[in-house]
Amino acid sequence: MFEIKNKRILNENVVLLEVYAPFIAKKAQAGQFIIFRVDEKGERVPLTIADYDRENGTITIIFQTIGKSTKRLAELNAGDYILDFVGPLGKASHFDGVKKACVIGGGVGCAIAYPQAKQLHEMGVEVDLIAGFRNKDIVILEDEMKAVSNRLIITTDDGSYGKKGFVTNALQELIDEGNRYDIVIAIGPVPMMKFLCDVTRPYKIHTMVSLNPIMIDGTGMCGGCRVTVGGETKFACVDGPDFDGHLVDFDELMRRNSFYKKEETRSANCRLMGGTENA
Amino acid sequence: MPNMSLNKLPMPEQDPNIRNKNFEEVSLGYTEEMAIEEANRCLNCKHKPCVNGCPVNVRIPEFIAEVQKGNFAEAYRIITSTNALPAVCGRVCPQESQCESKCVRGIKGEPVAIGRLERFVADWYMKNGTDKIEPIASNGHKVAVVGAGPAGLTCAGDLARKGYEVTIFEAFHDAGGVLIYGIPEFRLPKDIVKREIEKLKQLGVKIMTNMVMGKVLSVDELFEMGYESVFIGSGAGLPSFMGIEGEGLVGVYSANEFLTRINLMKAYKEDYDTPIKKSRAVAIVGGGNVAMDAARCAKRLGAEHVYIVYRRSEEEMPARLEEIHHAKEEGIEFMLLTNPNRIIGDENGLVCGMKCVKMELGEPDASGRRRPVEIKGSEFIVDVDSVIISVGTSPNPLIRSTTEGLEANKRGCLVADESMKTTKEGVYAGGDAVTGAATVILAMGAGKTAAESIDHYIQNQ
Repeated sequence: MFEIKNKRILNENVVLLEVYAPFIAKKAQAGQFIIFRVDEKGERVPLTIADYDRENGTITIIFQTIGKSTKRLAELNAGDYILDFVGPLGKASHFDGVKKACVIGGGVGCAIAYPQAKQLHEMGVEVDLIAGFRNKDIVILEDEMKAVSNRLIITTDDGSYGKKGFVTNALQELIDEGNRYDIVIAIGPVPMMKFLCDVTRPYKIHTMVSLNPIMIDGTGMCGGCRVTVGGETKFACVDGPDFDGHLVDFDELMRRNSFYKKEETRSANCRLMGGTENA
Repeated sequence: MPNMSLNKLPMPEQDPNIRNKNFEEVSLGYTEEMAIEEANRCLNCKHKPCVNGCPVNVRIPEFIAEVQKGNFAEAYRIITSTNALPAVCGRVCPQESQCESKCVRGIKGEPVAIGRLERFVADWYMKNGTDKIEPIASNGHKVAVVGAGPAGLTCAGDLARKGYEVTIFEAFHDAGGVLIYGIPEFRLPKDIVKREIEKLKQLGVKIMTNMVMGKVLSVDELFEMGYESVFIGSGAGLPSFMGIEGEGLVGVYSANEFLTRINLMKAYKEDYDTPIKKSRAVAIVGGGNVAMDAARCAKRLGAEHVYIVYRRSEEEMPARLEEIHHAKEEGIEFMLLTNPNRIIGDENGLVCGMKCVKMELGEPDASGRRRPVEIKGSEFIVDVDSVIISVGTSPNPLIRSTTEGLEANKRGCLVADESMKTTKEGVYAGGDAVTGAATVILAMGAGKTAAESIDHYIQNQ
């Protein structure tokens, strides 16, 4: 059992939890993830580690409430317990030799982009951070992101805050201004990552994406998270979750992510209508 | 006077057309009377050939002699002196190629139903046994076991009985390894696995779940924490794919994913959140026990057609005879001498068929089995909406990739000698992590051997 030490509601759909998991906190690095299971009847769901506190033994997770499991998790409060919490899984991100980076987060993806930016910033790398949101109401982690970047550009689709437009436009502008990045790190919805890769491809800027495919065990056992990268089959849980975005077969990934769409909608609806409440 | 019937006493089973719609256990087990009747077929041979056929040397004629007398508790004591998981072994061991293959009664007629008797004794004891397991006084030495599957559980149990303080580190949220994520409820009820594990805990074995070794802790850190020796029984969980076109389509599973969703995550139960596809027609590629398990699960989830697609003939199938027989009874359709070469998807990337080619058997290959050869021009398409790939697994690389000095061969199997000693001081390994995918009982045998070696190693430090 893993105790929730702290809870913050970042926007109407995004929640931050600090979970007491001292073994994981000791080892966690940027780019890695955990798998949680709320209770006996819950699914095993992967979430990226947003932050860690080695001293206090806590792991911070930030998640959007979309399916039944994340909704259940969001209902818990400080002092409550999560049944299972396993990690740190996946490979840590490595940024050797990087001097200037552009880190881009889309929506809740900012929660994953943030620790990457933080690590780069702590290494003394010059970090431009682009954070894209649909509108002003769902902006998260603004202060945190500002603190770990040389320049923070917030974009909103409707122009209600920051710059109007998409993260792709903002990146293109920065490149056009003459910024030369050693790496672009793109984290967010799959279509966003795909389009960002299209922006960087002509400039041959190394572009790293963080993938979040369907997964059960997180140790390379089920093969559910397989993705095609450069024509090879890779398991995101052990070979990733970070990959060279220019090599990822995004269309296949989008198809595979819809594997259980029908079943998940049914499960979430049952819950909403009080159909199959867990004891 | 022995019972001279040429045949084993049949074990009652659920009707095939009822059981293929539920996840309850298929075989119902002997009654006391039936067990005694079958036990009376044992000739109590002096040279005990059956015992040599058992990887953990269960004292077979001795326990059967007690069953003959109705002393079931004593029979249980005899079995458990060498086998910590009798209710499991009585259900999933390939007895026909082990103990029962050596039985003298098998020369003329069928061998004694040793497996069914072992199962009976274990089940009887679970229901009626009264002995309390007393924790054993510690000898002050600590051993870490990686993986709570058959190898790890056996090694831990044997060491605990010798007085070692044993902690098992398990990656999943439940202990049992393949016994809980792989083998379905209808073949091995999870309650039975839980009870066997409960007994180990009573012996003093500690189990830490949610611990992915190689990630959260390294083998070297275990030594730093005061464990004097480490046993690695991490299994062979890395699924193989065939590398054919269409394996990334929606509706293609590895057998591991499919079975884990069903067995560990209870996707077949309405009140669990784990999603699973309800398919109309399913092809399982492969011919082992795992393929049979996947096929029978798919049938139980309601598929109209479930095909086993296997490139050799039934004779070469690695699955247990009983599983093949049960699968056929339940309506699983066997497509033998058939090899898939492409999975076909519709415009949305959903599986809608599988292109196969007919095979014939040529000269024997390295495995000693006749090599399947394609028959030119025999391609055809099977109409399916799910494909489950069950063509084998290899050891997970997580531990060896994070442990310096731990060597593996080119198939990814940890290198260990006959005493289960690895290339790293104080580290022992056994089961599928060393042999590649094999059987529960062989893994248990390896766990036993390792426990002996670890004891010897620590006592001679």
